[in-house]
Amino acid sequence: MELYNGSLNIPEIISRWYNLEQNSNNGAFIPFIGIVRAENSISGLSFDIYEPLLKNWFIDWQKKAEKLNAKVKFAHSTGDVPIHTSSYVSAVFSPKRDVALKMIVDFVEDFKANAPIWKYDLIEGKRIYAESRSKKIIGSGILI
Amino acid sequence: MIKVEFLGPINREPANYNIKNLNELSEILKNDNNLLEWLEKSAVAINGKLVFDKNIELQNGDIIAILPPVCGG
Repeated sequence: MELYNGSLNIPEIISRWYNLEQNSNNGAFIPFIGIVRAENSISGLSFDIYEPLLKNWFIDWQKKAEKLNAKVKFAHSTGDVPIHTSSYVSAVFSPKRDVALKMIVDFVEDFKANAPIWKYDLIEGKRIYAESRSKKIIGSGILI
Repeated sequence: MIKVEFLGPINREPANYNIKNLNELSEILKNDNNLLEWLEKSAVAINGKLVFDKNIELQNGDIIAILPPVCGG
C-alpha cells in the first residue's frame, strides 16, 4: 500500500514492482492503471483518504490473496490529480494466470466500493464531491 | 472521552463526546439537521474497523469515524 500526494509516477511504480517480484517465481503480473479522463469540464480529480481503515481493508485483502498463493499491491493519490495523469494503480502477482486475472477484477471492484476514499471533481478551481459516482460503504445508516 | 471524526465531504471539525455506545452518539448527532442527511448514508468505524452494531461498548480514547459514500480509483 503506497499513498502519494498528487499524480502517481506510474513508470517508476510499475518497474519497481516488476523488479521486486520478477524473481519470486510468479508467472503472472496483472496491473490495473487508472488514468483521469477529461470529461464534464473537469481539470482533474481530487481525493481524501482515511488511512486507518484503508490499512485494515488492505490487510484483509493481503490475507485473501495469501490463501490463493497470490500477492496484491496498490498505490493511490491524495490531493489533486490533473487529467491524463494517474491516481490509482494496483496489481496481482500469482503463479497462476487465472487466479491473478480473477483477483484483479475482484480487488479493483472492492476497492471502488469499500476503500475509504472520497473523490472530488476539480471544476473552475472548485472541489466538488463526486456524490453521484460514490457508493455507500457496507453498514451505512447505522446511526439512524 | 470519545473523539468523532467526520470524514471526506462532510467537512466538519472533529468533536469529543462523553458517550458509552453508538446509540448515544446517534441520539446526539440526529439532533443536528446538517448532519442528518449524512448519517443516513454513512458507515461508522471505531479505531479503523467498520462496525455494524450500535450497542458495542466504547472505551475511553476510542476514535469514531463517520464515513460517507466512497469512490476510490
